[in-house]
Amino acid sequence: MNRSETTRSFTMATWLGWQVESNWTDPFLFAIYVIIKPLASAAILVVMYSIITGGAYNSPLFPYIYLGNAFYTYVGAVMAGVSWAVIDDREHYKTLKYMYIAPINIPFYWLGRGVSRFLIGTVAVIVILTAGVLFLHVPLDLTQVNWGLFLVSLLLGVTMLAMMGLILASITLMVAHHFFLIGEAVAGALYLFSGAIFPLEVLPAWLRPVGYVMPITYWLELMRRSLIGEVAQAFPTLAQYSNLQLLGILLGLTVVFAVISVFTFRWCDYRARELGLIDRVSNY
Amino acid sequence: MTDFAIETKDLSRIYKIRGNKKEKQIRKELVALENVNLTVERGELFGLLGPNGAGKTTLIKILTTLLAPTSGWARVAGYDVTQHPNLVRPRINMVSGGESSGYGLLTVRENLWMFSQFYGMPSKEANQRIVELLKMVGLEDRIHTKSSDLSTGLRQKMNIVRGFLTDPEVLFLDEPTLGLDVGAARDVRKLIRSWLDADKSRTLLLTTHYMVEAEELCDRVAIINKGRVLACDTPANLKRNLQRDAIFEIETSPLNGLTSQILQDQPEVKKAALTDIEGGARLELILKEESALASVINILTQKDVKVRRLTKREPTLEDVFMDLVGQKMEDVEKEEAPHAV
Ligand SMILES: Nc1ncnc2c1ncn2[C@@H]1O[C@H](COP(=O)(O)OP(=O)(O)O)[C@@H](O)[C@H]1O
Ligand SMILES: [Mg+2]
Repeated sequence: MNRSETTRSFTMATWLGWQVESNWTDPFLFAIYVIIKPLASAAILVVMYSIITGGAYNSPLFPYIYLGNAFYTYVGAVMAGVSWAVIDDREHYKTLKYMYIAPINIPFYWLGRGVSRFLIGTVAVIVILTAGVLFLHVPLDLTQVNWGLFLVSLLLGVTMLAMMGLILASITLMVAHHFFLIGEAVAGALYLFSGAIFPLEVLPAWLRPVGYVMPITYWLELMRRSLIGEVAQAFPTLAQYSNLQLLGILLGLTVVFAVISVFTFRWCDYRARELGLIDRVSNY
Repeated sequence: MTDFAIETKDLSRIYKIRGNKKEKQIRKELVALENVNLTVERGELFGLLGPNGAGKTTLIKILTTLLAPTSGWARVAGYDVTQHPNLVRPRINMVSGGESSGYGLLTVRENLWMFSQFYGMPSKEANQRIVELLKMVGLEDRIHTKSSDLSTGLRQKMNIVRGFLTDPEVLFLDEPTLGLDVGAARDVRKLIRSWLDADKSRTLLLTTHYMVEAEELCDRVAIINKGRVLACDTPANLKRNLQRDAIFEIETSPLNGLTSQILQDQPEVKKAALTDIEGGARLELILKEESALASVINILTQKDVKVRRLTKREPTLEDVFMDLVGQKMEDVEKEEAPHAV
């Protein structure tokens, strides 16, 4: 691997992604979008929660759901951010073939394209958490946060999500345009299987394994524990694991997904050249 | 090892086309390229001339590492495109005409600068070159225009500049002047020539279905039809084979059922093509002997077709194509039109 090639692929793609995402005609509208959209989705969840539980905000279930939902923002943002570049470049800007024949590292290019959505996602997460603390009594005390665990888990989790994004991007290379929401679709499907808004025990027994092999499940648990430790442990799913064990599992699964992403990319890249899909433009 | 810019050996590409839902099992195969053998020297301006659907774009896609060949091999700048795409890519660039690609939100300068950075060019050098090249195609006053605000023609010019910007060893231009107006096409042809003249090791392969472009611009031309290379030589040599023949263009009154077949059945008529024009027809004839003209005129008289104008002319590449294929290029395109992609 050529280091300067990977570096320039990643940094220039980050620059491009930021231009494409933020270059709105009206920065005010852009800011509103970044703030209002995540708040609206959190509000829907809160309303549903209050209807179902009769407003039991003091139950430990509430911060569990609230934090799970907040950090789940990253799942959609990173996975869709990375894989969307394929569709955007191929269908919209018609530049995928030019990127492809350039001396760049395509996976690092895709990862770079996802950075801006990651940053926008970070703003969304902060907005949601702040709103939760200010208005909904989410018991988040910054002096009690296990910052070390938080940062390590966040870093590992985002890497893991980026690897999943790469897998989706590679598959996108192979499939038709009606997969244009593949990132959001996969994120939406996994929402229910990764303990984001309810413990895995709520699922029928035969569906639970999906949650147990998903690294997102362990990551969300780590995020909750690092922020408001004891509340999260009130839930049975992963209670028997220590923080270190959870980190180990997350690390292991991240490595597994990284390996899968490398092979998926190689195979899809090979097949796409074989079938002539790289510059195929579907007619909407 | 000989150091060709481009070398292909028995290069073939077959597209598998799945039938529609009803005939799912039926898999059609379309031979887009068949045993193409070409060598292009460094420093050459090489033209691929052929009608729509001939396989020109398919060949460019293989040479630029976008598409895998079905069989045979190709080397570009000394490296096999299938085995070492990562060694080929830093040495090439490609632009296809007739499409408006680019990031609409970025300005012309930003679009071009970004690509230069992906190729690892020093930023300052890139910015200088961008200005130089934009001047050469008359686009320098649009340097800070968002590319979405450019007309399709100007966007195409921007893309062509992108190809030259990275100073590749081998540059591929797929129908670079397609859809451009006369002036813009002239700018592009000028840029092509001056880029090649500035450094004799640079190589450029372009495809076109404009005869004049191939004839005026290219050092050598390969004539390609239905995936096969029918001839490959300098324009002068290609035409030389026809020099002994007599080429006539005749404008007549309506043809009264006369077909090109009837004319071609005459022993001295090599090829004949008929085109309807306003109030009559135009005949283009390649005759083995000038004296054969008499028998053609005879047939016209029998059919009561009047000759309005008769000119003898020097052979063009159009005639070379007609001689090789038996049809004019535009007639081939008309036949192919329903299938063309
Ligand atoms: N992706 C594809 N799938 C199936 N057939 C294709 C595809 N691309 C091109 N073809 C067919 O291959 C032939 C050659 O096409 P192309 O290389 O684009 O020709 P040209 O560039 O000379 O017009 C045409 O008949 C075209 O319809
Ligand atoms: Mg073409």
